[in-house]
Amino acid sequence: MSAPAPVASNLFDCRDSFAATLAEVAEADERIVVVVNDSLGSSKLGGFAKRWPERTINVGIAEQNMVGVGSGLANGGKIPFVSAASCFLAGRALEQIKADVAYSIANVKLIGQSPGVGYGELGPTHHSIEDLAWLRLLPNLAILVPCDPWETAEAIKAAAAHEGPVFIRVTRFPVPKLPRPAEARFAISKAEVLREGSDVAILACGVMVTRALQAADALATSGVSACVVNFGSIAPLDIEAIRAAADLGAIVTVEEHSARGGLGGAVAEVVVGYKPCPMRILGFPGFAPTGSASFLFEKFGLTADGIFRAAQEAHAARR
Amino acid sequence: MSPVEAIRAKARAIREHALTMVYEARQGHPGGDMSVTDILATLYFGVMRIDPQNPRWPGRDRLILSKGHASGALYSTLAEAGFIPREALKTYMQPLSMLNGHPNRNYVPGVEANTGPLGHGLPIAVGIAIAGQIDKADYRVFVITGDGELQEGSNWEAAMAAGHRKLGNLTLIVDRNTLQQGARVADTNDLEPLPDKFRAFNWDVVEADGHDHAALLGQFAPRPRVGKPLCVIAHTVKGKGISFMEDQVGWHHGVPTKAQWEQALNELSLS
Repeated sequence: MSAPAPVASNLFDCRDSFAATLAEVAEADERIVVVVNDSLGSSKLGGFAKRWPERTINVGIAEQNMVGVGSGLANGGKIPFVSAASCFLAGRALEQIKADVAYSIANVKLIGQSPGVGYGELGPTHHSIEDLAWLRLLPNLAILVPCDPWETAEAIKAAAAHEGPVFIRVTRFPVPKLPRPAEARFAISKAEVLREGSDVAILACGVMVTRALQAADALATSGVSACVVNFGSIAPLDIEAIRAAADLGAIVTVEEHSARGGLGGAVAEVVVGYKPCPMRILGFPGFAPTGSASFLFEKFGLTADGIFRAAQEAHAARR
Repeated sequence: MSPVEAIRAKARAIREHALTMVYEARQGHPGGDMSVTDILATLYFGVMRIDPQNPRWPGRDRLILSKGHASGALYSTLAEAGFIPREALKTYMQPLSMLNGHPNRNYVPGVEANTGPLGHGLPIAVGIAIAGQIDKADYRVFVITGDGELQEGSNWEAAMAAGHRKLGNLTLIVDRNTLQQGARVADTNDLEPLPDKFRAFNWDVVEADGHDHAALLGQFAPRPRVGKPLCVIAHTVKGKGISFMEDQVGWHHGVPTKAQWEQALNELSLS
């Protein structure tokens, strides 16, 4: 399988990585099937459907049935990848995800496509900035938020190999491929330290990770040493990585999600019981106004500059 | 004993267990337990290809009780079939029992789906049937819904998909007792014309007396390779077999007194 091509000057659409990797694992394991809600195109699964028509189940625009069918396919020995826009998958079918997948411990992989504000101007009905909060409360469900094409591919491979329910956000927002050492490994439940630092910890996931790294560069020039940790796994949560962040005495979290209940909320729950310290939780305050994803990131400070300022504040408030 | 007599004996035992479980737990859903019992008994003791020693045998026939609140009847059936010990029934809804008020497949051998919220069983059954279709497997998939439950829209998403995909390995049995929790189905949100609805979704539809084991055996018999899922509308009586419960909406989740329990056991023993 050839590596997905960049969409523009070294920026990648993670859906390409998702589709290529899924084809790779499906080639090796015929139990893998896909379930979609008329979302073949938006999931970039047209190639999969052409190659494996009998393993492509398009239930039409019917999300409750889509997730129930996924659970049934798992009962019948299949490994279904249920792929749909995250807003409809997590919202419309929440009870099915709870009862038929998480509570049932069904071997279903849920792919939340175009999460966060990826749908930009289509508005809050199509944004999915609640999915992490809703879903991370469900026991047994691993939640992965890859930040670039490499991590997306690794998350898909890990999900296919993992016996049990997994939810994976796959972003359409163009992201660069992060430089990583050859020995880099992805693991469900493990956070990844991308940059060491001693004054403040920036914990990020998904699209925000590269911005966190840029903020850390800027902080270094202003004399603040920031460590950057990529939380590609929101559940199970890497508790040790959060404790290490709290040990620094100041934390910023940043995510393409509501500022309530997502990564920031999850980190705060751990920090408050371990070593309370100043935190800044960056995310959206509520339903977003009309605008592209880039515009909305700018407007709500989900940028390198916004992270930089939040880190300075948290660092200044450090006890 | 003829096959039908054997099923009848099992049905009597299931009703007695389920009644006593509700009586002892002081909670449960006896009306629905009694209406669905003959369907369960016919499936498990006359139709389904199962191996209680190997409950997740890939080639097994599947039964999903979508109306998961009738767990008393399901657990009693699984006990009579040998999936779980009869003694376990005494723990129904007791603290930390595997026999929760709604079934959990990870606790109870033989349970296929964690039902309880209504409208979940049919989509799951459709998924299993699709898996069987992909694998060209010869197992059958049965799912029982309540009739009031068909007010949930997810059923119709699944019904449309099953008709579209020509799932001839799928049989839906509607426990048509005409009552839902709070009132008559017809007075709440009427289903009729129910057979026409399923036919319009490209299903075969038959109707049967849901307490006539011979009639149910006939409708559940293996079907030649047909290109349609089958809906069996089983006309039942909520509380069937217990005179004071029959067709009484209040017995959806009523609990019998000691005198009522004794009377009911006596009536069941004569059935």
